Amino acid sequence: MERTSAEPKDLHFVFASNERPTQFALSLPLPGNPSQTHYSYPMDWQALALTLKLATVTTAILLAVAVPLAALLVLGRSRWLAALEALAALPLVLPPTVLGFFLLVLLGTRTAFGRGLTAVLGHPLAFSFGGLVVGSVIYSLPFAVQPLVAGFAAIDSSLVDAARLLGASPVRLTKTLLVPLARRSLVAAAVLSFLHTMGEFGVVLMLGGDIPGATRTLSIVLYNQVENFDYAAANRTAAILLAMSAIALAAIYLGGRPRGGRRA
Amino acid sequence: MLELSCNARRGSFHLQIECRLASEWTVIFGPSGAGKSTLLRLIAGLDLTGPALADPARPESARVVLDGRPLTESARNLWLKPGHRQTSMVAQQPALFPHLTVAANIAYGINQLDHASRTARVEEMLELVDGQGLIARRSQDLSGGEAQRVALARALAPRPRLLLLDEPFSALDGAASDALLVRLQAWAIEHHVQTVMATHDATDALATAAEVALLHEGRLAALGPAAEVLDTERDRLQRRLAGR
Repeated sequence: MERTSAEPKDLHFVFASNERPTQFALSLPLPGNPSQTHYSYPMDWQALALTLKLATVTTAILLAVAVPLAALLVLGRSRWLAALEALAALPLVLPPTVLGFFLLVLLGTRTAFGRGLTAVLGHPLAFSFGGLVVGSVIYSLPFAVQPLVAGFAAIDSSLVDAARLLGASPVRLTKTLLVPLARRSLVAAAVLSFLHTMGEFGVVLMLGGDIPGATRTLSIVLYNQVENFDYAAANRTAAILLAMSAIALAAIYLGGRPRGGRRA
Repeated sequence: MLELSCNARRGSFHLQIECRLASEWTVIFGPSGAGKSTLLRLIAGLDLTGPALADPARPESARVVLDGRPLTESARNLWLKPGHRQTSMVAQQPALFPHLTVAANIAYGINQLDHASRTARVEEMLELVDGQGLIARRSQDLSGGEAQRVALARALAPRPRLLLLDEPFSALDGAASDALLVRLQAWAIEHHVQTVMATHDATDALATAAEVALLHEGRLAALGPAAEVLDTERDRLQRRLAGR
């Protein structure tokens, strides 16, 4: 690849393997070696902002859905709840592209449901930010539900019995007992949901495509960068995703680790 | 008046009881594993009961009637929730909510009262169990005996119609336990709270009970005045020892 000036003003077309121009790019010096430059994307702040927005909205919705769902799974006695639990865990094993495809069909104009939704919203939910939120909520559901189920189930059942005898409704029991006593699980559910949404790719690509400002998230940007052999930019994007995940997980594990170690 | 009828299996254990507890203070007496706790939990609506047809813990049949009001009636698929039975229970484990203070624990079941009434009730209950100094303490910082006093105060605060005690003073020494039992009995009689206490300690049964129900391997072996039932039990044990 031809070397270019380190001046960030220089604009070039970057050609993908199909020879079609796909993206404007700035050439930037590679970190640690100012003399070496490379065709490179600028930092895609728009994609970063969109990714953070998607992860925040998804996490907020997921917690609102997952807390009552996990409480129902833990407090309920019906055997039928096993089916619900399996359904909530399904996205763990389902290929993201399969989920994305189903949602694309369901939310698009091929189905009556999708057409009805389009009529209500004024636009199809597929290939929009709203569609991505729907897909992300479903895709990350197990990452919110499972830590909460584990946390709620670990609470001493005699406490739950005491609250029920004192007349607590399931909602009050969840609010006053399960959630405060499973705070760590709540934090874990929030962080895992957030990070999982940040890094999702298959569902986003199937359901949202690659529309700047609407559906182009960091993982899509990373894919584009790699497809265009722009490894420097891909490194930077991947590093951002990696750093955010590592910091958040370290915070969870540090917060959950007993003083003096696990065997203290 | 508490009417009980139950036929329930859990693993190899079979609880089969039919009786009427007419006394205001009944002691269910029997060895460990006799089914005392299981019976109390059935009365409270905690175990062997549930509205869902798919509930695996459902008994084959169960009927619990308190003062003519059915709490459980399997024939009619009636399973009142624990909080709708006007029933309180104190078990061996105090089960205080660890993230709440003593005052908040006691007030948990009376949140429908206004703030002033709630505070007054909390203080009244703590005085009854001789725990006035505990009000602002965190429940997880209490000793075993203190926690049992607070658990009792929490159970009494809603003024239940039926009080179930499952060896509730095991962490208290003999004198403290006796003193608390006497105060509790006086309070229960004054407030017309029917009490059913499970114990394996014969002195508890003799000290307080007007009526004793003797439970053996899930079945009612005797029911009647304390001295009479305990005499029967003593005779049975002597016969068993002599037969060795």
